Formats: sequence, structure tokens, C-alpha cells
Amino acid sequence: MIDTHRYDMPNGTDIAWCPACGNYPILTIVKQAFAELGISPDRAVMCSGIGQAAKMPQYLRINYFNGLHGRALPPAVAIKVANPELTVIAESGDGDTYGEGGNHFLHTIRRNPDITNIVHDNMIYGLTKGQASPTSSKGMKNPIQPNGVVVEPFNPIALAIANGATFVARANAGDIKESKEIVKSAILHKGYALVDILQPCVIFNKINTYQWFKEHTYYLDENYRSHDRMEALRIAFDLDRLALGIIYQQAGAPTYETLVREGNDPLHTRHFEVEKLRKLITSFR
Amino acid sequence: MRRFTEGVSIVLGGSAGQGIQTVEGMLVSVLKREGYRVFACKEYMSRIRGGSNSTEIRIGNDAPSAYVKRIDFLFALDGDILKHLESRLDDDTIVLGERERVCHDAKRCPVIDVPFGRFATELGNPIYTSTVAVGIVLGLLGIGKEVLGEYIREHFSRKGEDIVAKNIEAAGKGYDFGKHMAYDEGVEVSFGRDESVKEALLLSGDQALGLGALAAGCDYISSYPMSPGTGLLAFLAQYGKDFGVVVDQAEDEIAAINHALGAWYAGARAIVTTSGGGFDLMTEAVSLAGMIETPIVVHIGQRPGPSTGLPTRTEQADLNLALYAGHGEFPRAIFAPGTGQEAFMLMQQAFDIADRYQVPVFILSDQYFLDSLTSLSENSLEIRPVERHIVETEPEYKRYALTESGISPRGIPGYGTGLVGVDSDEHDETAHITEDAAVRVTMHEKRLRKIIGLRTDAIKPSVFGDISRAETVVVSWGSNRGVLEESLRILGHEDVAGLHFSQVYPLAKQGLKLLSGKHVIVLENNAGGQFAQVLKSEYGLSAVDTILQYDGSPFAIEDVVTNIKDMLI
Ligand SMILES: Cc1ncc(C[n+]2csc(CCOP(=O)(O)OP(=O)(O)O)c2C)c(N)n1
Ligand SMILES: [Mg+2]
Repeated sequence: MIDTHRYDMPNGTDIAWCPACGNYPILTIVKQAFAELGISPDRAVMCSGIGQAAKMPQYLRINYFNGLHGRALPPAVAIKVANPELTVIAESGDGDTYGEGGNHFLHTIRRNPDITNIVHDNMIYGLTKGQASPTSSKGMKNPIQPNGVVVEPFNPIALAIANGATFVARANAGDIKESKEIVKSAILHKGYALVDILQPCVIFNKINTYQWFKEHTYYLDENYRSHDRMEALRIAFDLDRLALGIIYQQAGAPTYETLVREGNDPLHTRHFEVEKLRKLITSFR
Repeated sequence: MRRFTEGVSIVLGGSAGQGIQTVEGMLVSVLKREGYRVFACKEYMSRIRGGSNSTEIRIGNDAPSAYVKRIDFLFALDGDILKHLESRLDDDTIVLGERERVCHDAKRCPVIDVPFGRFATELGNPIYTSTVAVGIVLGLLGIGKEVLGEYIREHFSRKGEDIVAKNIEAAGKGYDFGKHMAYDEGVEVSFGRDESVKEALLLSGDQALGLGALAAGCDYISSYPMSPGTGLLAFLAQYGKDFGVVVDQAEDEIAAINHALGAWYAGARAIVTTSGGGFDLMTEAVSLAGMIETPIVVHIGQRPGPSTGLPTRTEQADLNLALYAGHGEFPRAIFAPGTGQEAFMLMQQAFDIADRYQVPVFILSDQYFLDSLTSLSENSLEIRPVERHIVETEPEYKRYALTESGISPRGIPGYGTGLVGVDSDEHDETAHITEDAAVRVTMHEKRLRKIIGLRTDAIKPSVFGDISRAETVVVSWGSNRGVLEESLRILGHEDVAGLHFSQVYPLAKQGLKLLSGKHVIVLENNAGGQFAQVLKSEYGLSAVDTILQYDGSPFAIEDVVTNIKDMLI
């Protein structure tokens, strides 16, 4: 049994998730991954947007920046740059990350900051009561499209790989043990790491249930070469059987924070030299 | 005979890409080094090549600091510029240019033939045209041949001795030509020099703000390019590295401001720079800053709207935008510099106020201000010590602890043993989400209370003239400081004083005393009289007159003088 009590909120903390929600196992997965990696709550920051998934940092003991809908990634990037010594996690829903925050998703991948992006992919807008999200399956009936979603779903895995993400994984909230290992690898990865966690929404998504995810997923085996980008793309495009595990991984790419600044010291500990500034001012004579 | 003893206005005009900027840069530097007080401003079209652009350079005894319509000398680099500047030309304007380039009808050509191009070609390369032009202007004024040589040696030595020699020759040819021309045309120029100006700085609004940001300990800028806000981003990209400034070109303005908020949250001192349209995209995050009480400094370089508007022109119509940006209620402060010195000081003030009060702070400038060059004394730029208003946290730390001032000590993650949470939902003292009505009211009032301190710390307005005796007070804000000051000097009316606000919200209470009982006229570049409204709401003034202009150009001194006179009757 992994002891996660240092991340636990006090007993009696009011949790706004529905009974049996797929967010609970994800909370456990994250706490266990932290515990096993020995990450101290005061040295880690969780950034999130808005949605049911994005309430995550409210339910564990950690530093957090719970900002705007769609905007979990920009503060996460800047926090990592301002203080590279912190472990930074951006954690939000599928609507938040792939819809409202789509542009940040694209461009944060390109920057490759050393952060972990955990997406609770329930293929629905939970908090706003069941509208389609970018990953909702075609034909899924919902209050706004009573006859079903008319467009093809977004493929975050394929997009991330094609866009140069250095770590791309898919996990299943229904499998805490395996998912925890995937999240641990993502945190340990030096660079941007995407973990798309398939998550049942027991209230609004009647298609993608615990059972459905069990039936439509499989784990990549030990022989799978996660460094082969073309192979990874082929796997990513297979939507009939969703692969679980580390689908693509590339080590050694420079991380954003090392490209835009020197050293690892938190920016707030720095002081500029007044003499240097005086000299610069004088050069404008 | 044309004698200039008070000042002169020289305009260089042509199409984009003809090197007007280069000529301006050289001329202004040389004049300043000779001890002349100079001011330069420009107007240009939103295109990379072609069109009609012009730069005005003023030299004068009384520290010129604003745009005038009058043109004493126009250096026309093509024919279109005459049409473009038609309304500003009169019988006294001396127009110089290459006749065959400028005039289609040589018989009726009012242009004195000045063969810049021919001289350059004689030297073997048209690239010397700019240097020839600088030589001619200086020759005409009878100023600065030696200093121009020095300047050329300093700036071209990297390119080799030959280039230096050729440029000096080009300058000499131009100078001699200009001197003869002055003689032929009976032009005589003599005005005061000031030894102290030789050592003074020559700064654009952009540069003054950029240096101010460095002095403020700014260590992070994230922005998306948009004129005229981009200059500050480019400045920090060019000079910030030595000061450890992280420069990030974001994917969009939404990302930019959310980066900046993340940076502040983690202990950095961040700024974003943009223009009105880009700022529109940032407004949700301004509201976020209000809620999570994370400091933020936003520079808005204003240009005429709505929408894309006039991308390269000037206006002061985004005061209401800055004042009301973001949903919900939360305190803020807005600054608007009118001189390089104010820009340098206000940048530091903006960072300090944002940090101290944990509120969004705005710097409102505009194209006219950012692109104008003035000389100012180095001593006037005070560098204040950077105070970081952050605390080391303890295990029991509460990010939103209730205090009388409304300011909760700000911890940052990783500094101390406590946890630092910030939340865009309504929250309690520990940053946990709540829907408890009583907590909501308490937290809302805590945030709003900060306006009391912000108002106490507000910067007092600057007075021009004898305000206690004056019946009429003309008010300026931001970039109109120069035009107001000079116009009042020209008007020389004891009954009229000026009051300039470099902080436009909240207003310092001293301003009310100065304005009560007066005939108040507000000078601003917009159609709605936005600052006049602020004066009414902040001070409770009932009647405020306005002088407004919203054609994309800055106020000209002549127009301001006439307008004020008309309103005195
Ligand atoms: C700018 C903005 N637009 C819309 C909303 C309303 N909104 C809140 S959460 C949400 C969707 C959440 O979906 P997802 O990110 O998938 O999270 P889930 O609730 O499913 O976990 C929306 C549309 C908002 N808060 N802010
Ligand atoms: Mg969702």
C-alpha cells in the first residue's frame, strides 16, 4: 500500500465530483505517482483550467494555480521558466485542453517545457452538463446536437506526435496500477509529456463507460518501440482499439526553460546590477 | 531673407524604404551633440514599401516637446509627399528635393533642386544618399560638420575605412551644397545652444519605457506583436539579456498574459505589451488577476480603433478599455506617461504598485508618444531600489489572509514550507473554492478595499503656470503633456494654467483642490472625452469642457493654442 497521506486534504473536505466519477481514480493515480517519486507538495505546482477535471488541485495538498478555462498550459510554462526547480503539472479536461485551449496545446508542445500535461478525457463537457467536447464520438447525442455530433473527433495523440511532442501516452482511469506507472514516467520525462487519461463520465457520457473503455483498449507490449515516430503515428490513428501506455517518447530534446534562460535559480532571487543599467542608459546619449 | 532665431521645423518626407529613419537618426544625434534642443516625431502608413511617410524634427530654444503643423523646411524625397502634406505647406515653406523626382511639371515646380542622389551616385553608390541628405540639412543650418564626421566614424567604422571615408565625403558634399543654398536663399539660422544638452540622452518613448522596465527589475516579458506595442518587446529582446530578462513571443495575447500571470505567481516580475486589439483578448485574464490577486503590468500602446482601425496612427481612446477591462469588480491603477522621464519613473511605479497591491496595473501610451524622440538629462532618471513584496511561507500559510488594507502577504511556490494556491473561483482565505455567501462578501470587500491605499499612493498631477490665480485650467493626460506645456507658454495668458495627469486612475485627491471652482478644459485624443468622464466620476466635477481630436494624428501646438483661445472668450 502506497502511503499518500501527505497529499491528502483533511477529512470532510467537500468534493464536487459525482459519486463513481472517473476523476476519483485519477486523483489516486496522481497522488500515488507523487508518493512513489517522493515529490514534496511544497515543491510542486499544479495548474488547471476550469471544468470538473480542473478542480483536481482543490482536492490534494499541493501549490496550485487554478486559472481560466482553457488556460492551464500558459501559466504552467511560465512557472517552470520562472523556477525550474519546481515540478509542474498542468491538469485539465478534454474540453479545456483541446477545445478552449487548443492553441496553447499546439504551441506548448512545440516549446517542450519540462512539464506534465494530464488530460482527463471523458469525451464530454462535464461541468456544463453534457455538451459535446472535441473528443466526443461522432453521432453522440447531446443537448446541443440532439441528433448527434456531426463532426469527427479530435485525435490528441496523433496531433501531439505529429506536432513534435517528446512524450505521448494514453492511460485508462479504470486501471490505477498501470496508469500510475505511466504518470510516473511522464513526470520523470525531461520535456513536455502528455498523458491523455480515458475517463468515464457516469452522468453525461452513456457511451464511453468503464466497460466501454475496457473493451476498446489494449496495452502496448514490451516489444513496442516507443521511439519510432511513424509506428507511433500508426498506433495513434487506430481508433477502433485504443492503445494504452507510452505511445511515443523521445529523449534528449532541449527543454524550453533551458533555451530562454540561464541556470536553474528562481528568478525572484536575482538582482540586476544597477551599474550595468547606468551604463546602458548612458549609451543612449 | 529668412531668419530663424526661436526654432525651426524640418520635415523629411518620402515613401517607406527610402531611408527617412536613417536620416532622422543621424540628424537628431548630431544636433543633440552640438547642444541643440531637439524633438522628433513621425507619421507613417501601414505598409513596408511605398506610401507617404514623414518625420518632423524640431530644434528650438525652449525645449521643443510636441508636434507642430508648420513646416519651415520640407525635404521631399518624392512627389507624392507634397500632396500628402499639402495642408501643412504655405508660402513660407521652403521645399527641397530632386526636381525631376518631385515634380511632374517642371515649369511650375516650387522645389529648390537638391541633387542628393546625384552626389551619391558620383561617390559610386546610392546608399550614400542618406548621408548626403544629412550633410545638406546641417549645411543649410550651418551646424555640426565636425560632429557629423565623428558620428560617421563611430557608426560606420565596423564597415571598414573605405566606407567611413566615402560617407565623410558624402557628408562634406552635402554640407557644402547646403551652405551655398542657405546663402542663395538668404536663410539664416541662429538659436541657443545648451551645453548640458550635449551630455543629455536622446530617447524615444519606447526606449524610455524599456529602460524603465529594466530599472523596475522586470525579468519576464511575454507578448504577441502588435503595433505600436511591439517596440517594448523588441527593446527588451535587444537589451534584456544582460539583465536576465526572459523574452517570450507567445502564440497569442491570451497566452501572453496567462504566461505573465504564471511568472508573477512563481515570483518573477512580468509585463505584457500590446495594443487595444490585442488587449481585448487579454481582458479575461485581467479579471483573473483581479480575482487571484496576482500582480500584472500591462502596457497598451494605443492606436485608433475600433478594430484594426489605423494601425500606425495615434489615439487615446483606450482609457475606458483599461478602466473597465475584465468582468466583475476589482481595483486597478492606470498610468500614462507624457515624457521620457515619466515613462522611466512610471514603469518602476507600475511594477511596485502591482506587486505591493497585487492588482493589475496599466501603462497607457500611444503611437505618437512611443515614436517620438526627445533629449532629457540623465540625472532625471532615478533608479529606485526594487522591492519584492513576497514572503517566505510557513506551514500554516494562507494566501488570502484577511487584513485591514485588503493586501494579503503574498507567498510564492517553493519559497518556504507552506503551500500557495490561487483560484479563479471565489475562495476562502486558504484559496479553497466556496459558495458561502458570507465568505464571498468578506473576500470581495477585502479585494475592493485595496482601492483606498491605491488612491492614497496616487501620483499628483503636474501644474503648469499659476494655477491658484488662473480661472481656466487646461488638463492633459499621457502623451499630451508636451503640447499642453508648449501651447500654454505660447499663449502666455495669466488666466490659464495647465494640469497634467500621469496617473489617470485612481486620481490623487490633490487634483480636486486644484480644479474646483475652475473652468476645466480637457485635451484628449478621442471623441468621447474619456478622461473628462473620469474627472467627473472621480472628483464629482459637474461641467468639464473638452478639446478633442480623433483623426489619427497628434494635436498640433497651433491648433491647441487656437482652441484654447476660442474657449476663453
Ligand atoms: C471562457 C469560458 N467559457 C466557458 C466556460 C464554461 N465552461 C466551464 S467548464 C466547461 C467545459 C469543461 O469541459 P472539460 O474541460 O472537458 O471538463 P470536464 O467538466 O468534462 O471535466 C465550460 C464550457 C468558462 N468557464 N469559461
Ligand atoms: Mg471533459
